[in-house]
Amino acid sequence: MADTSVAHAHETHEHDAGSWDGGKEPFKASYGKLMMWYFLVSDAFTFAGFLIAYGALRFSMPTWPEPDWVFATAPFLSGHWPLIFVTFMTFVLIFSSVTMVRAVQEGHRENQSGVVFWMVMTVLGGGTFLGCQAYEWTTLIAKEDMTIRQNPFGRHLHDGVYLMEDGKEATYPDGAPITFKKGDNYTLHHLFNDPVSGGLKAEGLLYPDRDHHVSELHATKIKYTTGPMAGQESDVPFGPKAFGALFFFITGFHGFHVFSGVAFLAIIAINAASGLYASRKNGYEMVEKIGLYWHFVDLVWVFVFLVFYLL
Amino acid sequence: MAQHTSYEEQKRFVVRGLILLGIITLVEVFIALWAKGHLFGAKWEGALHYVYMFAMVGASIYKAYFIVFHFMHMAQEVRGLALSVLLPMSLLIWALIAFFQEGTSWGARREQIREFNEEVVQPAPSGAKQGYLLVPDCSTLKG
Repeated sequence: MADTSVAHAHETHEHDAGSWDGGKEPFKASYGKLMMWYFLVSDAFTFAGFLIAYGALRFSMPTWPEPDWVFATAPFLSGHWPLIFVTFMTFVLIFSSVTMVRAVQEGHRENQSGVVFWMVMTVLGGGTFLGCQAYEWTTLIAKEDMTIRQNPFGRHLHDGVYLMEDGKEATYPDGAPITFKKGDNYTLHHLFNDPVSGGLKAEGLLYPDRDHHVSELHATKIKYTTGPMAGQESDVPFGPKAFGALFFFITGFHGFHVFSGVAFLAIIAINAASGLYASRKNGYEMVEKIGLYWHFVDLVWVFVFLVFYLL
Repeated sequence: MAQHTSYEEQKRFVVRGLILLGIITLVEVFIALWAKGHLFGAKWEGALHYVYMFAMVGASIYKAYFIVFHFMHMAQEVRGLALSVLLPMSLLIWALIAFFQEGTSWGARREQIREFNEEVVQPAPSGAKQGYLLVPDCSTLKG
């Protein structure tokens, strides 16, 4: 009995010889590459948590701003350009992802100048994306008064009509009243802290007029014609506060990933240029690892783009 | 893209990937502008709205698949590595169901929550005994 178990143990040991001696790569991937994958798994859960929180809060609100109304400014273009600028930003990230693939390919061929060239291209792409995001944030904060605490973008809960400051119905030049339907968008603008009420007030608002152009009204009063408040005058309400906080927090967290990606790409490009990775003779594995991270940043943007700008 | 393909084939593959992701994104934005009524007037409402949602989510998941399997070369990794990364992601299905259900429930009970928050609790008259142990007269217990 004892003999057989000893023999068996011996046999097993023979079979696994060297398994626990180190030097064998699990999943045929190096330690660094495997750990980069697992870091990305954890990061994916972080981002998923944020985006799911966005969904849960959105479902809990009676209204939510429409992205094609909120994200409609573009540099060098005046007027209403829904989703155009953010599409450009998406292309910048896709393009930088492609230049990253090229850098990894040149690394496998041990082509130092190719690696450095395509990594510099990737850094430029990442920098362009950050610049675009800076423009987007600046416009939202400085021009449109959206911050983590206030959100001027809203949609009407019921049908109604806009009022002038004197309480009369607002009209188009031909005398027709300026009405709105349930679900129509508006933006409160020129916000200020009202010393009388102690609260936040707006000087005017932007609304889509009957010709689907954006028009401006120098009053913020409405009268609903349907719903439980029909017939009553009221101030145009602010949009859900959570929208601003979620937008800046989630796109900011993604932007921070892009920023750290650009920093690491630059460091690794400099190391590659110095010949450090060529001397390691491992097919520029460091470039491959930062490549995984960089593609992940693009991957997250796919879902940020979906959740914030498309749905 | 297998690892042993020629350099020229690899380069062609990268260009094809760029064109593919670019076209999907353009189509997504085109459909988004159409569905929101910016291109042909009418908005996609009712059942069409759900078609729109599924199309957008589907296109995004396809883009994610393409990036992970072809740009990040998950297709060339061994099966165990791919599974150890991808299987945990299925937990997100549960998270989506649980939290969206939770959010919808908050929305449905908004009025109830507001009433609860505005409820005024009358404080007990001063001097009266407060707390859980409301024995009528403690002195009687001492005997």
